[in-house]
Formats: sequence, structure tokens, C-alpha cells
Amino acid sequence: MTALHSIRQGIPLAIERIEKSFGERRVLKGIDLHIPAGQFVAVVGRSGCGKSTLLRLLAGLDQPSGGQLLAGSGSLNAVREDIRLMFQDARLLPWKRVIDNVGLGLSGNWRQQAEEALAAVGLGERAHDWPAALSGGQKQRVALARALIHRPHLLLLDEPLGALDALTRIEMQQLIERLWQRHGFTVLLVTHDVSEAVAVADRVILIEDGRIGLDLPIDLPRPRHRGDAHLAVLEAQVLDRVLALPASPPQAQALSPLPTQLRWAL
Amino acid sequence: MTFNSLGQRLAPWALPVALLAAWQGAVVLGLLSTRILPAPSAVLAAGWELLGSGELWTHLAISGWRAGVGFAIGGGIGLLLGFITGLSTWGERLLDSSVQMIRNVPHLALIPLVILWFGIDESAKVFLVALGTLFPIYLNTYHGIRNVDPALVEMARSYGLSGFALFRQVILPGALPSILVGVRFALGFMWLTLIVAETISASAGIGYLAMNAREFLQTDVVVLAILLYAVLGKLADVAARGLERVWLRWHPAYQAKAGGQ
Repeated sequence: MTALHSIRQGIPLAIERIEKSFGERRVLKGIDLHIPAGQFVAVVGRSGCGKSTLLRLLAGLDQPSGGQLLAGSGSLNAVREDIRLMFQDARLLPWKRVIDNVGLGLSGNWRQQAEEALAAVGLGERAHDWPAALSGGQKQRVALARALIHRPHLLLLDEPLGALDALTRIEMQQLIERLWQRHGFTVLLVTHDVSEAVAVADRVILIEDGRIGLDLPIDLPRPRHRGDAHLAVLEAQVLDRVLALPASPPQAQALSPLPTQLRWAL
Repeated sequence: MTFNSLGQRLAPWALPVALLAAWQGAVVLGLLSTRILPAPSAVLAAGWELLGSGELWTHLAISGWRAGVGFAIGGGIGLLLGFITGLSTWGERLLDSSVQMIRNVPHLALIPLVILWFGIDESAKVFLVALGTLFPIYLNTYHGIRNVDPALVEMARSYGLSGFALFRQVILPGALPSILVGVRFALGFMWLTLIVAETISASAGIGYLAMNAREFLQTDVVVLAILLYAVLGKLADVAARGLERVWLRWHPAYQAKAGGQ
């Protein structure tokens, strides 16, 4: 095949009047969002605002109650193979060695590619370890390699750095930014960390109570430096907006039914 | 230093050896009648004699065959039923309550019925062993599949796995620790069932050896048969642990000895 990594390969995303309800509770109340190909978008918001739900809809793990999701002009479902999701927890299969986790779902001769993907996230020499032997940050890097080996055109990140320590977070942010610059895929990063959002993204979307509350472009040159005054101003702007609204009463996270024929008792 | 480590190595054996010595001494001094308990040396001698005549091998082979075939049939059916009820809601609805009802009948209570059905030939023993091993494996397979992390299943599906690939790469390995617990329980039930079945009605096997020796007051052979059951049970357990060490080597709980940490 062609050397895909040499061409810009993001997909443009159109989210039109998307709604999602779990029973009586309306989580998303009509989201409209257009994302050009290759853009790095960060979605922020309080917990329970619906940002992870939006990501799960885009990943095809849940179906929207209304509205439509488009990739360019076609349906998003048609390009499902080009979309990869990275979860908040790494979700590595503990019974597969690191390299076999990276090659999950691939057929044919993928080992060479898996080794390259692992090398790209700096874990080339841990290929034959068990996941249990890795630290939290290393597990997330394996999960990133597992997503990248599919050469996704849209990478969905669901708070993948939430559980990492501050230094590992910054390293991971830079790694994701570097890989995004090299491969040119579209990125949607869901995070609760506003400073992370303004540091890595082209654009920050704030979701409040199931609607878009703020759509802020971040027109700062890269590489950006942590502690930069412009970043601080933008961060304050988003935070002011987040804190302006009173916190919604805490609601239990809706347990979405799994898209599976398995029924999990208890 | 070497003396110390040698002492530590031998310490667990001190009590059994002392007990054996006391036992032997009590028999030699006439404090313990050989009718009640033969001397350890007599048990060894009986074992040696039966080994030499080849009789012991015949009995061991027939008991091992019964245990193995019964376990394979019962375990296989238990595994299959566990897969069905664990993987499909309909399977659970149709089968689980029936299986649970049968499970609550003590399988040894069926012995009179089994003798009426099969007589006292091999199929009766194999049937009882199969019945005894079926339920521990069924229950743990079902439980293991239901407890596979749904987050991992969701992840695997989002990476395009479905059907048999999903089962082989995610659900089965996830359920395996629980299934192996079932195997160890089943191995225990396997010997227990066989002992009872062979003691009640048999014309060969270790249980028959013991019952036959009882008729002739050969306490040494009776004790030998009991020891053989103990050794066989231990061997089965070691085999199950071996399986755990191979199949669960990814599991931190089973890696204790590998890393030397």
C-alpha cells in the first residue's frame, strides 16, 4: 500500500443536532459541531456534563437518540475502521504480552508494524513483557500504540491521562502532540484538565449541561511552553466560564448497556 | 550457615519422621496390635510385594482409567454447559435453574439407582465420577465468564473483535482463572467419588484392593490403599497447579516464583 504516514489523513467531522438520553435523563441536548480534517480539538466540562457520552457516540459504542454524525458528507459508520478510541484506563488484555496487545484485531504479518508502533511511543524494548509489569503511564503508551497501529484518521481520547502523575502527563501530552503532527489525524480529546486542553489543542470546546457553552480557538504557535502567559490567559478564560455556572447536582453515571449479547449478572 | 539452611530445609520433615518412628516403635514393642495398625515397614513391604507381582499396576491403571474418563466426560459437559449459560441469556434462562437443581442432589445418593441402571461394571463408576466433576467445572466456568471485565470486552469489540475471535482472545482467557479453580475442586471430587464407588462395588481398582484386603484382615494392604489415594490426589493437585502456572503465567498472583522478587 502507499506510505500513509506521508499524507495528511484526518477526516472532517460534522456533528449535527446530536441528542442522547439514558431513560428519562437527557445527557446531550442538541450538539452542533464541525471539525475540519486534522484539527486537534479538546472537549472540557464538569464531570457529568456529557463530554464522555459524546465521545462514546463518535466511537460507535452507543447510538444517539437524535441527530446525525457525519464524516465529511458520508455517514460516520462507514468509516468506523478509521476511528480509534483510547479509554481512560488502558484496557490492555493482561493475558497478552505487550506486543500482542498492540496487534489486537490485526491479521497477517503485523509484528514488524507493532514493533514500530511501540518504538514510536518509546517502549520498543518492553514488547515481550506482561502488561502487569508496566506502570500506569507505560500502559497508556501501549494503548496509544495499539490505537496508532491502525493508522486512524480520527483518534478519540477519553481522558487518557486522567490517572497519571503530573510529569508523566506532560510527557504523554507532548508524545500525543508529536504523533498528531506527524500523522495528521483528527483528534478529539476529552479532558477535565483545562490547562491540558489549552496546551495541546487547536480549539477548546466547553460542554455545559449537554450543550456547547464555549468554542474557543487556541491560535498559539507550537511547540507551546508550559507556563506561557498566553496559555494562562486562555486557561483563565475557560475556567471563569466553567465556574460561572453552579455545579449541577451530582448524578450517578448512567451505566450504558453494552453493545453485546452477553448479559453481565450482578 | 549451610547447616542452618539445611536445618530449615529439613525442619518440615521432622514431625512426620518422628511420628513414623514412634509408630514403628509402638508396633515393634507390641504396644499397637498389627490388627489395628500395621507397622510402616509392613505397609512398605506389602507395597513392594504387590508392585513386584504387577498386581498394584493393574489396580492403579483401572482406577486411573475410571478417574480420567469420568473426569473428561463430566468436565467436558460442565465446560460446555458453562459456556452456553455464560455466553447466552437464552442458554441461562433455559438451562441454569435445571442444572442448579440437579447440582443440589448429592451425587453419591444416586449410587443405588446407578447400580440398578448400570449394574456394577465400569460405566457405573465412570458415570458417578462424571456426575461428581461436572458441577464444580460448570459453576466456575459460568461464574468466570460472567465476571470477565466488560470494559475489556467493549475495548476488544471497538478493535473489531467479535464472535469466536472475541471468545478465544478475551472471554476464555478472562474466565480461565475461575475455570481452573473449578478443575481443582473437580479433581478432589473425582477421587472422592471413585473411592466410594470402588469401595461399594468393584472387581478391580484400588478401592477393590482395600475391600478385598479387609476380608482377609490384611491391614497393611488397607493402609497402602489409603496412602495410594492420598498420593494420587496429591498428583492431581500438582498437575492442576502446573496448568495454572502455564496458563496463568500472565497473572501477577501466579508469577511469585518466576521473578525471584
